[in-house]
Amino acid sequence: MRNIISINNIHKSFAGLHVLNGLSLEISEKETHVILGQSGCGKSVLLKCLLGIFEVDSGEITVAGISVNDKQRSKEYMQKFSILFQGNALFDSMTVIENVEFGIKQSLKHKHLNSKEIRKIAEEKIISVGLESRVFDIYPAEMSGGMQKRAALARAIAVEPEVLLFDEPTSGLDPITGGLICNLLRDTVKKLGITSLTITHDLKVAEFLSDRVSVINKGTVAWIGQAKNMKNCGNEFVEEFYRASNVISARH
Amino acid sequence: MIATLGRYTLASLREIGRISVFITKGVRCCFTPPFYFREILRHIISIGFYSLPIVGLTAIFAGMALALQMHVGFTRFNAEGAIASVVLIGITRELGPVFAGLMVAGRMSSSMAAEIGSMRVSEQIDALMTMSVDPYKFLVAPRIISSVLTMPFLVLIADIIGVMGGFLVATTLLDYSTGSYITQTANNFELWDVLSGLFKAAAFGFSIAGFGCYHGFFSDLGARGVGRATTSAVVSSCIGILALNYLLTALFFGA
Repeated sequence: MRNIISINNIHKSFAGLHVLNGLSLEISEKETHVILGQSGCGKSVLLKCLLGIFEVDSGEITVAGISVNDKQRSKEYMQKFSILFQGNALFDSMTVIENVEFGIKQSLKHKHLNSKEIRKIAEEKIISVGLESRVFDIYPAEMSGGMQKRAALARAIAVEPEVLLFDEPTSGLDPITGGLICNLLRDTVKKLGITSLTITHDLKVAEFLSDRVSVINKGTVAWIGQAKNMKNCGNEFVEEFYRASNVISARH
Repeated sequence: MIATLGRYTLASLREIGRISVFITKGVRCCFTPPFYFREILRHIISIGFYSLPIVGLTAIFAGMALALQMHVGFTRFNAEGAIASVVLIGITRELGPVFAGLMVAGRMSSSMAAEIGSMRVSEQIDALMTMSVDPYKFLVAPRIISSVLTMPFLVLIADIIGVMGGFLVATTLLDYSTGSYITQTANNFELWDVLSGLFKAAAFGFSIAGFGCYHGFFSDLGARGVGRATTSAVVSSCIGILALNYLLTALFFGA
């Protein structure tokens, strides 16, 4: 399968602090890829570089053949993605359905739709993530963390992206809700048949969601492979990360 | 000592540059599509309708105090008859716009900075960017447009209430005749006095929205950062209002 995301030797530093040091990564079409790493290792910076929110110091990022630096095609580039943010990033001033509709209205694919058609798609997507119709007209602040996560997922999938990005998808959720959200994410990606890239520090999430895992350490990819092979991969950092994650799980 | 001075100078110049770029981008977005009319309407209601009570209260007390002060002062020169015209000119040219501007700055500039700052912290601005929505067009332009459009209406209402406040004090406490007060007010009414106040109001609206959005947009992360942005927004927009007031007064009425 062809590569949809190609990250080639990128560097990014802030005030002299090198966060990404020649990081390279290829992600295939329809792959479910997870980026795993400690807090502060540069996962979120990588995500923001991929989204064009941070400009890389050097190196190249292309998605479906479009470079992140191609300003003339920046809208086309951005619309390849949809992202489920760590804190959901639902717009406070809009109701749940308005949040989803707002995403659809910005999408080039849905430019020809009238407001009734947009409303219908938004309603379908909200129902498809397991929310009830009674949440349509309530504001994000009136919902629980799990419900907000579902609403944010509805907004993300409503624009029919080629790549879905999940930033710490279970952060701030209790284990049961986190498990439900993980199932929902896996089922959604499978049903849509699209590429997904998840960023997490949680090994269990990585094991559950991934086809392949990239472990990041000191701003570069330390290891790539299947999650089940992490335990004896021969990379000291990755094995330590695996052991530490399992010790924490066992203690809990 | 020189190094510290240099650092402060450079930091100040950097800040001025950043504000200039921000304001230029914000103003440009006010004139280029897409326009988010729903957002504009939301802010017009928030700035205009919900600020009416405090602006009205400020104006009535300003008018009442002005009438009282003028009575005490003018009695010394046997010029009590000029109270109505002084209240009219004072309110429409200066007190109406400035007091309304300061009250709205306290209310709205802080609110804009807090709202945009929280959006920055909770990644809502990043979410806008991933949807290919220009945050300047969605967050800054509607606030500037609604603030500039709404402030003159608020000031017009403040002018009417302020003049009424002066009338109330003069006719009930100071024994002025209702008819002569109204006649004097009508005789001294000049459209330019009111219009100059409304132009000032639009400029104050720009200061309120500009500084509110700027400090929110570049707020530091965390609750402390948003708190600091809120305070800075109110202080900056109030100073902006007072500076603009002087400049516009000099422009409109300077010798």
